[in-house]
Amino acid sequence: MAVATFRIWRGNSEGGEFRDYTTEVFPGMVVLDAVHRIQAEQANDLAVRWNCKAGKCGSCSAEINGNPRLMCMTRLNSLPLDRPVALQPMRAFPPIKDLVTDVSWNYRVKKTIRKFEPRPPDDGNGTWLMAQADVDRVQEFRRCIECYLCQDVCHVLREHSLHDYFVGPRFLVHTAALEMHPLDIGSRTGDLKNQHGISYCNITKCCTKVCPEGIAITDNAIIPLKERVVDEYFDPVRKLFRILRT
Amino acid sequence: MPEYQTHDYDVLVIGAGGAGLRAAIEASANGVRVGVITKSLLGKAHTVMAEGGIAAALSNTDERDDWKVHFADTMRGGQYVNNWRMAELHAKEAPERVRELEAWGALFDRTKDGRILQRNFGGHRYPRLAHVGDRTGLEMIRTLQDHGIHLGMEVHMEATVLKLLKDDQGRIAGAFGYERERGRFLLFHAKAVVLATGGIGRAYKVTSNSWEYTGDGHSLAYDAGASLMDMEFVQFHPTGMIWPPSVCGILVTEGVRGEGGVLKNIEGRRFMFDDIPENYRSQTADNEEEGWRYTQGDRDARRPPELLTRDHVARCIMREIREGRGSPHGGVYLDIAWIKNRIPKGAEHIKRKLPSMYHQFKQLADIDITEEPMEVGPTTHYMMGGVRVDADTQMSDVPGLFAAGECAAGLHGANRLGGNSLSDLLVFGKRAGEHAARFANKNGSATRLRLDSEQIKSLAHTALAAFEREGESPYDVQFDLQDLMQKLVGIVRREEEMRGALDGIEQLKKRAEAVAVAGNREYNGGWHTALDLPHLLSVSEMITRAAIERKESRGAHFREDYPQKNDSEWRCNIVVRRSESGQMTVRRQPIPEMPCELKQIISEMK
Repeated sequence: MAVATFRIWRGNSEGGEFRDYTTEVFPGMVVLDAVHRIQAEQANDLAVRWNCKAGKCGSCSAEINGNPRLMCMTRLNSLPLDRPVALQPMRAFPPIKDLVTDVSWNYRVKKTIRKFEPRPPDDGNGTWLMAQADVDRVQEFRRCIECYLCQDVCHVLREHSLHDYFVGPRFLVHTAALEMHPLDIGSRTGDLKNQHGISYCNITKCCTKVCPEGIAITDNAIIPLKERVVDEYFDPVRKLFRILRT
Repeated sequence: MPEYQTHDYDVLVIGAGGAGLRAAIEASANGVRVGVITKSLLGKAHTVMAEGGIAAALSNTDERDDWKVHFADTMRGGQYVNNWRMAELHAKEAPERVRELEAWGALFDRTKDGRILQRNFGGHRYPRLAHVGDRTGLEMIRTLQDHGIHLGMEVHMEATVLKLLKDDQGRIAGAFGYERERGRFLLFHAKAVVLATGGIGRAYKVTSNSWEYTGDGHSLAYDAGASLMDMEFVQFHPTGMIWPPSVCGILVTEGVRGEGGVLKNIEGRRFMFDDIPENYRSQTADNEEEGWRYTQGDRDARRPPELLTRDHVARCIMREIREGRGSPHGGVYLDIAWIKNRIPKGAEHIKRKLPSMYHQFKQLADIDITEEPMEVGPTTHYMMGGVRVDADTQMSDVPGLFAAGECAAGLHGANRLGGNSLSDLLVFGKRAGEHAARFANKNGSATRLRLDSEQIKSLAHTALAAFEREGESPYDVQFDLQDLMQKLVGIVRREEEMRGALDGIEQLKKRAEAVAVAGNREYNGGWHTALDLPHLLSVSEMITRAAIERKESRGAHFREDYPQKNDSEWRCNIVVRRSESGQMTVRRQPIPEMPCELKQIISEMK
């Protein structure tokens, strides 16, 4: 009988500690399976958030041996089991209990981003024509499962707690999906510069590394958005043009 | 006295998957105050798992398609016990609901001339499913979520409803529940309630459903006195993952077969050619070559038997397994890698068309689906049965109580076609939201629920009782129920086994009333499981009683002791309801006569 030990953070907003749980493990198991076993057999009140168990809903984000991962997509055979596997909640958000954190900030931030604004339909019956190539570019961003691991690992949020000034990589990806949407005619560059703090990102690419969907967050979303902001607000020729016009 | 929060809405939507969000959007657009309750975080509901697409006769990919064909396909798939009016509305309105999603920002895959591309799916005569690779559900829920949050609805995340409350005239007046974070009780005043709670998959051991799918809406409606219908029809999706054990049950999209994937037994035989039902024979390819041409868009070819309806494919797979021709881990093989022989750059093609499947097998099973076959077997997937509703308004027989999506019955009859679920959510979510708003404005209850009422006090007391006693773990009761339903009320059913299941459910009810939970009320998984148990037990009993009653085999309901379909006696619905004295009653409900024009459509499409 193979067993492994999981060192799980137990606690709430007032504090907590790591506790060790040893449980049986089987071939093919993922970390979430082990947590469920422990919950059912040893710690009924253990708090863990999960849904699809197939990497599609982005609910079971946690830090596994210090790495931000989805628990449902982390196979035990990818971890050293000769020592305890450390499991703790995402650090960039306030703890609720055990592995569950308060991610409600993300939902509030999303509301501040200007919604989709389509051009008038191309056709009388309210439809649009779009080329697959234009759709493909944005579909990369729309793959996001909102697991918030990119937010967790972003040092602007994690180390500096600038949640009030910076929306984080997830919402830069969201903004990119809107800005590059083939039908969208809204503009969000002003918001990016003034309210959403795009300049706080200094392109360390930590977010890209942890994305379970493999979205090239920095290269394909953030940098092009930064370029749009620069073009619009910091291009000397445009600046001169703006001065002359006013 | 426990701590409460109270909220006041015109329309309260329970559930935030596709149907719930679409209902909430429509109710908000009608200018009423809308509250949404979701057991999970917003955007995580099971809709996210839908892979294949949204069935709608847009006729972009094949202009021969129209609502009539879609209607006839849906009725045939449901073995003619569907609510024909719902099937008609669904087929007519689905295209508009899909176009609306596009206007809200959804991005579907495109045809060469830039319109929404449609794909083939089981039981659909023409390519009909609007899709985004194999992550259509995510696209849909995100679109609804991002549109909805700007409309003023209030969302209560990680909250669960325990009971619906009525006024003294029997109208819906609100709901009682709790929030997970602190374990506080919630009291909602509401003039109308829309149930959009999804399915019941957690009553079974092998399921594609997440922890949330404990039949809350079915059970809440039953408890409130509503009628439920078609509860015997539980869809077992033919292709779930079976190995390794930890992923058993996770869905493998029908899209794999739509793209040319084939089912084989251990001998390498395409066994689906061995048994093609009579009513599908004229539409089904009789050789492998024709089937392949169909998947590649040849309009003159007929569909391969792998794309027959889910009930049939699941039974064929079971037959292979039981007769000893299964794969090493007890399933059959699903092979998409073979198409590399037919398509240049086949591996890239597979990865592009089925990215989530590629990812899922690679990461969870160490299998590269572009190189080797998958092992698959049936998994509990979808509940055709649910709250009996009026087709046009989605209102149940409790005034002010509406239901939409999986927890409502009627559209799918005895078997749902793939892709008809997402369109169901949109079409009937919208209708439920619209009519709930209208009901709230015109007929809504003005009764103020009182926190200090005996009813509320007793609900709170019951909910907390498990903390006060010693007893077994709620997880043990849940696991035993799942085992029982899997073994005794599964794909192949027999009367005496199901009678045994009823006895078992009675014993489990007693155990559920005596479970104990440790710790406190903060985000306590054990407590939540204890509170889900009554719902699970209630739906399990409904399924079992309805399944015992239907003494024939039809669609997803297969009786080994009555293996034939019997139209003269059983072309009807089975309705479950609680009697005045609290007994579960089961009765047959004749299907209303179909109007001539619909009959004619069906006979033309035969």
